[in-house]
Parts: sequence; C-alpha cells; structure tokens
Amino acid sequence: MKLSDEYKELTWQGLWKNNPGLVQLLGLCPLLAVTSTVTNALGLGLATMFVLICSNATVSAIQQWVPKEIRIPIFVLIIAAFVTCVQLLMNAFTYGLYQSLGIFLPLIVTNCAIIGRAEAYASKNPLKQASFDGFMMGLGFLLVLIVLGGIREILGQGTLFDGADLLLGEWASVLRVEVFQLDNQFLLAILPPGAFIAMGFLIAAKNKIDAKLAEKAPKKANVEIERVRVNFDS
Amino acid sequence: MAYWIASSPHNHLQSKTSALMRLVIYATIPGILTQWYFFGWGNIIHISLAIATALLTEFTVLSLREKKVSEQLFDGSAILTAVLLGISLPALAPWWISVIGSIFAIAIVKQLYGGIGLNPFNPAMAGYVMLLISFPVQMTSWQPPLELMSVPLDFINTLSVIFTNFTYDGYSVEQLRTHIDGHTMATPLDTVKTNLTLGLTITESMNNIVIGEYVGIGWQSLNLAFLIGGVFLLFKKAIPLVTPLSFLGSLFVCSFIAFLISPDSNASTLFHWFNGACMLGAFFILTDPVSGATSIKGRIIFGALAGFLVFIIRKFGGYPDAVAFAVLLCNMSAPLIDQYTRPRTYGHK
Repeated sequence: MKLSDEYKELTWQGLWKNNPGLVQLLGLCPLLAVTSTVTNALGLGLATMFVLICSNATVSAIQQWVPKEIRIPIFVLIIAAFVTCVQLLMNAFTYGLYQSLGIFLPLIVTNCAIIGRAEAYASKNPLKQASFDGFMMGLGFLLVLIVLGGIREILGQGTLFDGADLLLGEWASVLRVEVFQLDNQFLLAILPPGAFIAMGFLIAAKNKIDAKLAEKAPKKANVEIERVRVNFDS
Repeated sequence: MAYWIASSPHNHLQSKTSALMRLVIYATIPGILTQWYFFGWGNIIHISLAIATALLTEFTVLSLREKKVSEQLFDGSAILTAVLLGISLPALAPWWISVIGSIFAIAIVKQLYGGIGLNPFNPAMAGYVMLLISFPVQMTSWQPPLELMSVPLDFINTLSVIFTNFTYDGYSVEQLRTHIDGHTMATPLDTVKTNLTLGLTITESMNNIVIGEYVGIGWQSLNLAFLIGGVFLLFKKAIPLVTPLSFLGSLFVCSFIAFLISPDSNASTLFHWFNGACMLGAFFILTDPVSGATSIKGRIIFGALAGFLVFIIRKFGGYPDAVAFAVLLCNMSAPLIDQYTRPRTYGHK
C-alpha cells in the first residue's frame, strides 16, 4: 500500500467508517455527559484530541521497549500523564471551562477510545502514521461531540456557542448566536436522557446515509462463467 | 373428502384492536365530563390538541415507514394515547405542552420502537414524564377547582390562557391559582406533602380549603368517575380484573401499615386512592396490554409493584404524584416479571 493511500484510509476510518463516537461507541460517558453546549463539547473534544495525538505518538515511539505483558499499564500511565498536562493547562488558562467540565476532564484517562487506538494501531505502526491516526480519530470524536452539543444546545436553550468566551477568551463572546428565544429551557435536551436520544438519532442518520451510499455505489457485476452445455447423446 | 383439522382454541373472539380502543375511549368519558364540571374547559382543549397532533404525527411517521396509513392511523391507539395524555395534563398548561407531549409519545415512544404492539413503555405516561422533567413549572401549575377560584373561568378565557398565558381580562396562571386570601392553591397531594415538611399533621392538613369535606374537592369525584369507567371496562371484559385489584390492594396495604405506624404523618388509604391519577392509572394505564405483564400471576406482581412504588414515591419522593413514574418503572420490569411467571403448559414441568 502506498503511503498516501494509508493516510487516506486513516482519514476515512477516523472521520466516518470507524468513528469512535458513532461506530465504535467508545467514550460514551463524556460524550453524553458534557455535550449540553457546543462550548463544553469543543473543550472536551479538543482535550481528548490532544491526548490522543500525544499518547499515540508516544506509544508508537517506544513500542520496541515495551514488554508485551505489561503494555496496558504502560499505556494508561502515558495517557494519564498527558491528561494531567491538559488538566493543568485548562485549569490555568480556561478556568471557567475547567469548572464546567468538572470530573470529565480527568476521566479522559479512562476513555476507551484512546487506549483502544494505542493498543490497536499505535503500538504496531510507525510514529508518523500513529500520530496521524490519533489526529483523525480525535477529529472524528470532536465532530460528533460538536454536532451533539449543537443539537442539544439549540433544543435546550435556543442558543449556539453560549459561553464560548470561557474557552477562547473575551473576544469569543460575540460568537454567541441566539437561534430563537425560549421562555423555558427544554430540560430534557440538556439532561443526559436527551443526549441518549439525540445520539440514537445521530447513529440512525449515519446508518441511513451509509445505506444510501451503498445503494448508489456501482454494483459489481457478477461475472458468471458461462459454460456451453454439450449434450453428446442427442 | 379431507377434514380441516384445527388446533385449539376453537372459539375466537372476533373483536379488533380498534373496537377495544374505542371501548376504552368511551370509558374515559365520565372522567372527562367530571373533569369538565370541576375544572372547566382546559383538559378538553388539551385533549383535542393532543388528538390532532397525535394523528398528524402518526400519519407522518407511518408514511415515512411506508406502512398502511389508512389502516393503522384510525385503529384508535394514537387517539387513546392522546386522550390519556390530555386528561393527565394540568388544565392551564400552555398549548405547546400537549403538542410536544403527543409528538414525543407517538413518534419516539411508540413508532421508533416499532409501532403498535411493540412499545415497551406506555406512550401517554412516557410523554407525561418527559414533559414533567422538561418543563417543571408548567407541569406543576395545577388549576384549582372552579368553585374555589376567585376569578370565574369560562371557555374563552381558558382558551386564552392556554394560547397566550393570560385570560381575556389579563389574569396570569399564577393569579388564577391564587385563592381570595392570597395563597396559591395546590393539589391535595401537594398540599399534604408541603404541610408535612412544614411540620403540620395530616389532621391539620385536612382542614385545608382544597381538601374540602372528604379528600379533595374535584379530585375525589374525578377518581370516582374513572373508577366507574373502569368498572364499565371490567364488565365489558376489556381489561383484566387482577391488575387494578392488585394495584389498589397493594396501595391499601402500604398506606395502612404506614398509617398504623404514624397516623400523624401518613394520609389515609382513601386519600391515596381518590387523589391524583390513582384510578386513571389503575384502570386505564396499568391495564395497557402492550407494556404490562401478560400472565395472571405476572399481572398480580405487576400491579402490586406499581402500588408499592406509588406509595413510596408519594411518601418519600420529590414529586407529589407518582403514578406516571411507577408505571414506567413497572413497564421496565414487565419483561422480567413475564420471564419468571411463565404459566406451566399442561403436562410439562
């Protein structure tokens, strides 16, 4: 396989075909818990993506020296180290967001999507590809988080990018879009059950698109080998 | 000549789903009329809104799923869901409450799980719980009985409150709920619950104006009317006897034991039976053939569990009434109950 083909395949796998949020259904806990607004989703998605790239790169770089028997604890240690970095950075620079993400920031350590990529891809592949795979998987996860956060924020409180200044600094408060004015919050969309329902709809939509694509794809013609039947008796 | 050999049962009841649904809808009529007499037009408006939305949603989803629309649209199940939802809503809730509730009940609770006969939850109650969790303010602003209200409320004014939040003369829902002495009137269940946290005894709570002579003005008659409708259904053999019997029995046992232990902090059985959605739940919701248990033994357990949960949630929970929550929890446990109460086939162990 050519190198560019490999990158193409990694992109396709991470963003669509093997998307950690929609297909592997890994890391559901943060996915459902913090996506009540786009800002929260973006914050957690970026943090996860950063950890994923760094841990994939590290795991790939040290793969020769990791004994097979104790690889999982080592992966966990590496991931935990990067999560701690992210946590301290967010604590320092985006304190408001750090507070609203709460326990789900340190919980990135236990996100199965990260350790899954370390085990399944990074520990067997060279540094460049592993980092790229981390980036694409992280991006796929981030996109699902943002879409889910967008749906829930619009339904729940009728806004988009509410509190973006917590993540991006003072200027970002102009990003806040009031889609429509709601007198009451639609609490179901903000509470976790709403996340489950919205997630179900997202997965259904993805399957529907896949089915449509499969329908449109040119069907491989079954090449039948015709044999001439020869009847010698007649 | 060949004989046609059929296995038992040889005697078939030729009734259809739509006939059963129609019967249950007829049985709610005494309840709806009582509700109209004591609480005015609000619930009838909500029922009509809910029916219209439910039919529209059902039509949309059925055509999306490429089902036979004409057959399934008017089988009565969507209308019954809408009627039950409309009955259980607070009379002065805004119009979008019943619209969102019936869309959720039909599209998500019923059709997404496969349509009629396949829904694990009772659609009306799931819709109600969704509304209660999402819009707590609107869903707990219960209208007091007409005879206690300081502002008379006719059809036009009710319509105006539901669609604009204000009556024709400019009264808000909060003002309508206020008694002449300036206190907001709550439902009897809510009153007793609040009074208990304030340190009042049950006997003192019973002097509250919303309780009236027996266990709650309006609410007692409403529950009686649903009881009558339920007995009509029992006579028509539309619902099994054991479910409501075991539900009410279990509620009786729980409240009686609690009453014996501490009569000052536990309301009587009659109070529990004739308040809130008790009779509606017993005869119209728990007897739903789809989401309930199927065997006789299973139905007894199902009803008893519901009664126990209603008592526990009313007594210790955060919400004053509990029927909707109890029904959903029982719906969840119905498959397990069925698993362990499978009737023995004759000749098998």
